[in-house]
Amino acid sequence: MTEKQFVITDEAGIHARPASALVGSLSKFKSDITMEFNGKKVNLKSILGVMSLGVSSGSTVTIAADGEDEEQAIAQITEVMKNEGLSN
Amino acid sequence: MTRTLSGIAASNGIALAKAFRLETPDLTVEKKAIDDADQEVLRFEAALAKASAELETIKERTAAQISDKEAAIFGAHLLVLSDPELVGPITEKIKSDTVNAEFALKETSDMFIAMFEAMDSDYMKERAADIRDVTKRVTAHLLGVTIQNPSLIEEEVIILAEDLTPSDTVQLNPEFVKGFITDIGGRTSHSAILARTLEIPAVVGAKKVMETIENGTFIIVDGLKGVVIIDPDAAVIAEYEEKKAAYDRQKAEWAKLKNEATVTADGHPVELGANIGTPKDATGAVDNGAEAIGLYRTEFLYMGRDAFPTEEEQVEAYSAVLKAMDGKPTVVRTLDIGGDKELTYLDLPKELNPFLGLRAIRLCLEMPDMFRTQLRALLRASVHGNLKIMFPMIATLEEFRAAKALVMEEKEKLAAESIAVSDSIEIGIMVEIPSTAVMADTFAKEVDFFSIGTNDLIQYTMAADRMNENVSYLYQPYNPAILRMVKMVIDASHKEGKWTGMCGEMAGDEIAIPILLGLGLDEFSMSASSILKAREQISKLSKAEMASHTERILALATAEEVETYVKEIM
Repeated sequence: MTEKQFVITDEAGIHARPASALVGSLSKFKSDITMEFNGKKVNLKSILGVMSLGVSSGSTVTIAADGEDEEQAIAQITEVMKNEGLSN
Repeated sequence: MTRTLSGIAASNGIALAKAFRLETPDLTVEKKAIDDADQEVLRFEAALAKASAELETIKERTAAQISDKEAAIFGAHLLVLSDPELVGPITEKIKSDTVNAEFALKETSDMFIAMFEAMDSDYMKERAADIRDVTKRVTAHLLGVTIQNPSLIEEEVIILAEDLTPSDTVQLNPEFVKGFITDIGGRTSHSAILARTLEIPAVVGAKKVMETIENGTFIIVDGLKGVVIIDPDAAVIAEYEEKKAAYDRQKAEWAKLKNEATVTADGHPVELGANIGTPKDATGAVDNGAEAIGLYRTEFLYMGRDAFPTEEEQVEAYSAVLKAMDGKPTVVRTLDIGGDKELTYLDLPKELNPFLGLRAIRLCLEMPDMFRTQLRALLRASVHGNLKIMFPMIATLEEFRAAKALVMEEKEKLAAESIAVSDSIEIGIMVEIPSTAVMADTFAKEVDFFSIGTNDLIQYTMAADRMNENVSYLYQPYNPAILRMVKMVIDASHKEGKWTGMCGEMAGDEIAIPILLGLGLDEFSMSASSILKAREQISKLSKAEMASHTERILALATAEEVETYVKEIM
């Protein structure tokens, strides 16, 4: 399993547009991918799951990927986070 | 058989095409037990696939015709449609409870809707609407009914609807939508204003359109007279084809006046400006011969999004307008929200009388941080053109002073940060509340200009809600009460060497123009599409002659008498 933490810097938190980009970029991965925030863990391939966390600006989320392509998945997430202005 | 309906002429022009009814089908879902769960799951998956293909098309069309930003909404809908946390439980439910797919979908999505609606943030509450939208689309496919989507129209049509919301209208493709007719609304409702911006004919408030006209019926919409003709015979069609051609020829004539100055027959120049809602509209204004922007409604920058626009986004929008106007006067109205205009991310308490409530400048002074961001952005953009800042809904001098003080404070802060700001920005107010019109002489000593907002001034003076059709007869621009007030404002400004403009619908009205010219109005601001027609009319009128009628007009007793009088002298 590969894990990585991100600090959300976007002033609106993880809102619909970047959340869509994030979730949309993951369908090609076979690994199970989760995001944990405030003690709650959701499927990162689920837009409703991600949105339901209501991640606000300044908070830290932990993303974990488990499967054959877990490292590529984390690399992809890191890039989307940066491109969407969610996290540095 | 040819029949006619009449309504309010909302946007000029004539169109002949098939009727397209825009309506919501019945999506009531019943719980049913099923025999073959696997078969039901397949039926559910087929509906998902259809909904998804439909959304892909809508997304592409929206991106091509409107913007990527609007299209992104449908991208989010597609993700919801393929969400494993939504689809998984529905499939499970069909199998475990042996219920129909419609019901399993409803139960599951209701749970998510309830979850989002229970969240603290308004933004999250709004997401419930996305789930509802997606659920509706899939349910429609399961039930075998059609949800219409105006962006999928592929032939020339005239849209019929109870009313059109801003989100409906954003999907209308001007290539195929030749006109529209609504049952409710007036000349100043959103659908009417939009029709004028798109320059397509419209009749609103026609009351029985949805009851009378079937899908596909051939109809004529006459936006000049406010008439709808259903199933016309060949002679009527020929007559209207000719009228349409005449109107098009007239429009071509007006186009020649595009680069001419606006001067009365006796040599007095006046300024014709355009009312705009987005930076994009500035180009349309210039193309229609605008000599100024008399009203830039900044609230559209705040609408249809998830959070307040940042200072940078605002600087960009205001600079774009100022640059497009290339040094011509540009009056920017600060945020006018509240009343009938709401922001999803701003949780304002529900009010019994929103038009008399916390709106426009009242709200801005209540939320100074939000207001300061806008003022700062305006000041930063000011170096790109001829900016004039205008506050809406000013009722007292204290409100004006408080708002102006915030401008001055932000200006000083920018100076301290060595950020350039123009030093010739005029600061004025909208006159739309009777108290301000009455006190215009006092205001004129402190403001740089007035702009009379007639839509609201009439509504507040006549105490008649302009959205309420039952009292629409009280929307009387020619009422001597309104005209006398307009005179007070213009006279007060001239006495102090200031100027007065008008940015309501009345400024582009052919009966009102001669009166306003006689009263000495300096600037007329209207829908861009009305400018050239007004320029032609003004070039044929003598200001001195119109002024000689003023006293008699203001002494008339009713709006009807005024209208008759003006028609006689014209």
